[in-house]
Amino acid sequence: MAEIGHDAVSYAPPAEVGEMELVHPKTFIGKYIWSQDAKVIAIQYGITATAIGLVALALSLVMRLQLGFPNTFSLIDPSSYLQAVTMHGMIMVVYLLTALFLGGFGNYLIPLMCGARDMAFPYINMLSYWIYLFSVLLLVAGFFVPGGPSGAGWTLYPPQAISPGTPGSDGGIILMLVSLAFFIIGFTMGGLNYVVTVLQARTRGMTLMRLPLTVWGIFMATVLALLAFPALLVAALMMLCDRLLGTSFFMPDMLAAGGQAGHEGGSPLLFQHLFWFFGHPEVYIVALPAFGIVSDLLATHARRNIFGYRMMVWAIVAIGALSFVVWAHHMYVSGMNPYFGFLFATTTLIIAVPTAIKVYNWVLTLWHGNIRLTVPMHFAIAFIFTFVNGGLSGLFLGNVTVDVPLSDTYFVVGHFHMVMAVAPILVVFGAIYHWYPKITGRMLNDTLGKIHFWVTFLGTYAIYYPMHYLGFEGVPRRYFAYGETAFISDSVQTMNAGISIAAFIVGLTQLVFLFNLAWSFYRGREAGPNPWEATTLEWQTPHTPPRHGNFGDELPVVYRWAYDYSVPGAKQDFIPQNVPPEEVEMIDSPGRNARP
Amino acid sequence: MAVAIALIALLLGSVVFHFLSPWNLTPLASNWGSMDDTISITLWVTGSVFVAVNLFMAYAIIRYRYKRNRRSLYEPENKKLEIWLTALTTVGIATLLAPGLFVWGSFVTVPDDAHEIEVVGQQWHWSFRFPGNDGELGAIHARLVSNDNPFGMDPDDPNGQDDVLIHSPKVQLPVNQPVKVLLRSKDVLHNFQVAQFRAKMDLVPGQVSYLWLTPTRTGKFEILCAELCGIAHFAMRGMVEVVEQAEFDVWLAQQPTYAEISAQKPGDPTVGQGLFATCAGCHGPEGQGNPGLNAPKIAGLEAWYLVRQLQNFKAGARGAHPDDQYGQQMKPFAGMLADRDAMADVAAYVQTLSAKPADRTVSGDTGRGARIYRTCSACHGADGQGVQALNAPRLAGMSDWYQVRQLRNFKQGIRGRHPDDIYGAQMAEMAKTLIDDEAIASVTAYIHTLPRATQTTMVSKLAEKN
Repeated sequence: MAEIGHDAVSYAPPAEVGEMELVHPKTFIGKYIWSQDAKVIAIQYGITATAIGLVALALSLVMRLQLGFPNTFSLIDPSSYLQAVTMHGMIMVVYLLTALFLGGFGNYLIPLMCGARDMAFPYINMLSYWIYLFSVLLLVAGFFVPGGPSGAGWTLYPPQAISPGTPGSDGGIILMLVSLAFFIIGFTMGGLNYVVTVLQARTRGMTLMRLPLTVWGIFMATVLALLAFPALLVAALMMLCDRLLGTSFFMPDMLAAGGQAGHEGGSPLLFQHLFWFFGHPEVYIVALPAFGIVSDLLATHARRNIFGYRMMVWAIVAIGALSFVVWAHHMYVSGMNPYFGFLFATTTLIIAVPTAIKVYNWVLTLWHGNIRLTVPMHFAIAFIFTFVNGGLSGLFLGNVTVDVPLSDTYFVVGHFHMVMAVAPILVVFGAIYHWYPKITGRMLNDTLGKIHFWVTFLGTYAIYYPMHYLGFEGVPRRYFAYGETAFISDSVQTMNAGISIAAFIVGLTQLVFLFNLAWSFYRGREAGPNPWEATTLEWQTPHTPPRHGNFGDELPVVYRWAYDYSVPGAKQDFIPQNVPPEEVEMIDSPGRNARP
Repeated sequence: MAVAIALIALLLGSVVFHFLSPWNLTPLASNWGSMDDTISITLWVTGSVFVAVNLFMAYAIIRYRYKRNRRSLYEPENKKLEIWLTALTTVGIATLLAPGLFVWGSFVTVPDDAHEIEVVGQQWHWSFRFPGNDGELGAIHARLVSNDNPFGMDPDDPNGQDDVLIHSPKVQLPVNQPVKVLLRSKDVLHNFQVAQFRAKMDLVPGQVSYLWLTPTRTGKFEILCAELCGIAHFAMRGMVEVVEQAEFDVWLAQQPTYAEISAQKPGDPTVGQGLFATCAGCHGPEGQGNPGLNAPKIAGLEAWYLVRQLQNFKAGARGAHPDDQYGQQMKPFAGMLADRDAMADVAAYVQTLSAKPADRTVSGDTGRGARIYRTCSACHGADGQGVQALNAPRLAGMSDWYQVRQLRNFKQGIRGRHPDDIYGAQMAEMAKTLIDDEAIASVTAYIHTLPRATQTTMVSKLAEKN
């Protein structure tokens, strides 16, 4: 290649779209409350999601108290246990992870990484957050209505979810469904913004194949979410009709509380299909941003280009597309026509191929790297380890025959927590340690970060790895207590107590992280504009933290892909995307560093 | 460095844990050994990949740790390597998928010689139906389900007349005979899980799902519900006993058919009155109970509950525990009733007695009791009237001191632990949620505040709606 770098050229095409007019508010309220700045909205999303996530964390500890030490705590009865199960799952998957990755990281990083001044539609972006906040408040209101929140399990399967006798079937389930509807409306506003911004508002020279994988991951996840959430919206509205108007979308002829329920002809399986048509892509709505972000963390801190960038992009696209044709693998034992098993087992295992490619490429990015073991890098490595574990256990559950003995056991709990709870959360932590300096201008404390890392990584593994083995023994999930069951050995109770202790340690350690966030905001070391010596545009802003409009007077022009780390011949081991080839500082004798 | 060492330690730990783990697949009791084989294949393939990928990563972290004067290799892609890795992965995936699909092929193909059994689920009970001599299950409909027709049998369908109805969570299956298990639910989703059989499937209201298996060894195997079905999900237990064909035939012949059950005469209170004279000695002429003699109030209890408890006492499913001294006293009296008809007669007479609420003898925190009772209300009804469809007897207005004793008995395994008392077993699980004597006193005190009769039960609300 004539130019230095992988795809660097001196020419950048002229802008096709004029620059947007931003509203620059003067008041505190305009800047920080009713803000239209994507970065402020991102932080609003982040704080709200974290706050509700802490509620979900507390609920998980309620469950662990009961499972570890059954019938010890008078406040935990079967109803409150199931309510904790339900709210924990729903909050973590939708209100925390989805909101944090897309509303939080999406809002902060998409405009910055694309070289845009803001999201394409800032006003709608602002509305998106406030509707999200409203949906969270509706959900929380469920704790305060008579009967409390729903206890139907986070999947809200009918008929149980709206049958009398189920915890929260009076008011909690209604609030939950309405809250989900608002969440989806709010998300759609944000999601359209992210998609349009990525497609239309990239700066000069920022071709799609030069985008950092973070943007690719969030972009594809948003596309998935825009296509998948409507299925949940429809399901929620139909269930509301069944509950409030006495329709029978999902309710067949059946008994409720010992008497005739008065429904006729509905199909509980229809709900499951709608739910998982949303629910499976949802896994990737959470996973794809994590995939993208971790790719950038690895490249930056290993000082090496991401290995196989094009493959990585196509793998994201392929996973996104395939994620729409695998949903019924959640339903192998649901009573649907068992012949579906052949189709869905095949599609499900096919999706493992692009996923495996991503794993290889992450590991190969480390190979021949120059790895700086920073706190974000620790989390990125822990992510790979955890994700490989969770991905491989998915091969059990995705393969229809293997799934049958294991479904509805603790194997499933172990699997999905590894793959879509711990793995993405490790990326969230890594990402926060990585971008906090840009967001606040200060570094997070390293020692506290390491403590947080080690306890979280080792602790979560101690929690979830043994669960797979409880699953082999057939220990069923969503049980309030195991009582006298001959095939469940006594040692299961001992293990459960151990898991609960680990869960408490991990839970409390998150306070160290919160403390670090607060302490470093005031006392952290000054970060400077580009503490990690990264190539992507968010690190090249004229101000840190970036001001409204992101890039000062002039938008950056992009001349190269996002991964020009350790380019042979260049003096520095990174070349930012906005440095034209002719301005790269060279060392005198290229070739000296060709191969380490 | 530390992180690389931690990865290696975790890998080692995981492998050691795998081999030392006391938790393995339960000993197989069906033909689905092939499912275990697919699990083994998957375990070996994924285990090797897990170790290989992470070891490689740990090695990379050590070998390429940061050095000031080192430069990373600039290599955007390596097509050859990527194609190789993709191809290898595809082969690996196919190795896992092929046996899985192959076994699934046999799972969806029910053998022609399989006999049929229907499993019926409801909150939180199992019951069973065999097709009878004609080999055909009669028509059922959820609309027909009532206290007198818990299976929802269509009385006009001739195929149903000889259907054998097992209104109990205990069932027998013949060994080495393939069986097609038809699954049906009366209310919400359930899942028929017998860990030793491997096969499991949801019961879905409004449709019939199925699975098939061949039990391969005799023994008793627990049935658990594996699909969240409400607050007593964890207590929804049953038992399948696999026996030799001859034993099965004898057992099946003893079970009532639908026609026989329909022909059963209701109890005769006049005959019952004569038999009741014995009971009156302790329980009082009005069945009002006598705490001095440790005899609880029985007036107000439903006939179906009285009959079941009398049967339990007589058969030794209740009152046989060495620590249940009052139950032991009751046992011989139940034995004096010759058969089920005699019990039905007594029960019918008890129902004619006017039931005044028993005196209050237990005090407790009724506010706490009300919170605890939310759990109880799922079966016994919000105002403690009992719900026959859920096999839950009346609580309101009954002897509170007796309830305290029984809750303690349930909790301590004195009652409800006999293998033939499965409804008792469920209550035993629920009683454990009462963590101390104070909780028992509170909930009992609350139950005593419940009105004897109101129109606010959920059932009657629903009845009005229809």
